[in-house]
Amino acid sequence: MQGFLTLFRKELVRFWKVSFQTVAAPVLTALLYQLIFAHVLSKHVEAYPGVSYSAFLIPGLAMMSMAQNAFANSSSSLIQSKITGNIVFLLLPPLTALEFFAAYLLAAMVRGLAVGAGVLLVTSWFGLGLPTHPLWVLIFALLGSAVLGTLGVIAGIWAEKFDQLAAFQNFLIMPLTFLSGVFYSIHSLPGFWRAASHVNPVFYMIDGFRYGFFGQADISPWLSLGVVGASFILLSALALWLLHRGYKLRH
Amino acid sequence: MVPAIDISAVSRRFGQLLALDNVSFRVEPGEFFALLGPNGAGKTTLISAMAGLTRPDSGTIRIMGHDVVSDYKAARQSLGVVPQELVFDPFLTVRETLRFQSGYFGLTRNDAWLDELLFKLGLSDKADVNMRALSGGMKRRVMVAQALVHRPPVIVLDEPTAGVDVELRQSLWSFVQELNHAGHTIVLTTHYLEEAEALCNRIAMLKKGRLVALETKDKLLARSNERDVALKLSSDLPASLEALRLRQEDGRHILRLPELGALEGVLATLRQASVEVRELSMIEVDLEDVFVHMMQGGAN
Repeated sequence: MQGFLTLFRKELVRFWKVSFQTVAAPVLTALLYQLIFAHVLSKHVEAYPGVSYSAFLIPGLAMMSMAQNAFANSSSSLIQSKITGNIVFLLLPPLTALEFFAAYLLAAMVRGLAVGAGVLLVTSWFGLGLPTHPLWVLIFALLGSAVLGTLGVIAGIWAEKFDQLAAFQNFLIMPLTFLSGVFYSIHSLPGFWRAASHVNPVFYMIDGFRYGFFGQADISPWLSLGVVGASFILLSALALWLLHRGYKLRH
Repeated sequence: MVPAIDISAVSRRFGQLLALDNVSFRVEPGEFFALLGPNGAGKTTLISAMAGLTRPDSGTIRIMGHDVVSDYKAARQSLGVVPQELVFDPFLTVRETLRFQSGYFGLTRNDAWLDELLFKLGLSDKADVNMRALSGGMKRRVMVAQALVHRPPVIVLDEPTAGVDVELRQSLWSFVQELNHAGHTIVLTTHYLEEAEALCNRIAMLKKGRLVALETKDKLLARSNERDVALKLSSDLPASLEALRLRQEDGRHILRLPELGALEGVLATLRQASVEVRELSMIEVDLEDVFVHMMQGGAN
């Protein structure tokens, strides 16, 4: 338990010492998206009845930022430790696979949530209003960060070079988060793309998160919860198994 | 008594390379033990296997009686390893590094011991300096401290003095000797054979993944059959003995004998040639000679 707490604290210290880059920068990026898209599209699009495009966009951006930053936290911390070699200081002590995983996961979630809260804060004057169902907001914020944080652990274990991690990030995480209905309701998409969105777990995170704010979404929040919850269970089982076997960490 | 380290029939293959080939030996508690061998002999692989960084294909390793795979928590709690590569976390200061390392071993409120470690390793005034700002030698000292945060009974140092200045090397060795006198078992690998000779009681030699020698230092030194002898003579060395001569220094002829028994023949030859022996002394073999001899495949 003490080992887990220490590693968790170390991971928090790691991103907090460079919080300008790890928290403030993604909040600013989201704000820029909000300013530009809201300006260009607010007069043309109304996603849901009675919900302005500016308001519609905010939960999507917040969830996208949470997801990307949760992923970035665990994956970049692991790859840096592996490449610099200081991961050995985590492999020599008697940490269990579960302690190791939980520490990286929770730190990734904390960073995801910090960024998400920052995005909601700086976009607050765009008329989002208080959530209709705060509990759904909280559940999807936690689970969304958790899924991507776990994916980050897996990517960090698997990648041997920054190059490979960048490929994972640019060819998997970015398309998944961008093509998930951040900027539009998938009901507005042509049939093929609408179907494609339904196999993207990030779509369910964003849709469920949005439901919490507006009380309406593209699909039922329970279905979203099922998909996101199942993704988390599957991915964490994989991450734990890799850590337990020492895949690419213990040779 | 439970051995500090019990290595039993350990093999490990990396692709075509057999890094460890059925290696077995024990290190008793309180020993100061050296693991020698040329690069690629399998020393680091063996240490990695002890630490759980590498998993053997077959065989078992126990640290203070704890299997490093099935009882890894107790095994790692008993073991402190100073890795060969100079690695550090650039986000942390020296004290943070040591506090976090203590925490990974389940220890809180360990500051008194950490302060003592910092003091003994000459790092007291660097406690709040970022790791990035330290010289290589200082980083190496922090790595030694990191290996000791949990006061492990068994300490393994993998070439800790490679690339380290003479002063640090000496202070490090006196600290390690102190730990040994306090009851810690020490295992070290080194390229500096005189270090192993000066510090260790027992020596294992690895070559291409195999254990080629395992003996007390004295026995190992006695094991080399060749003897060098220095002779001061009343006149020139007879031509028939030229073949044995290594060199000449300070008016002495240094001869290498294939074994001590050959001295009798040398003396007889000198007598026949009416050359008088003014001075005769044996030159002590050093570990380097034994080492080179073994690695060339001469012994065993």
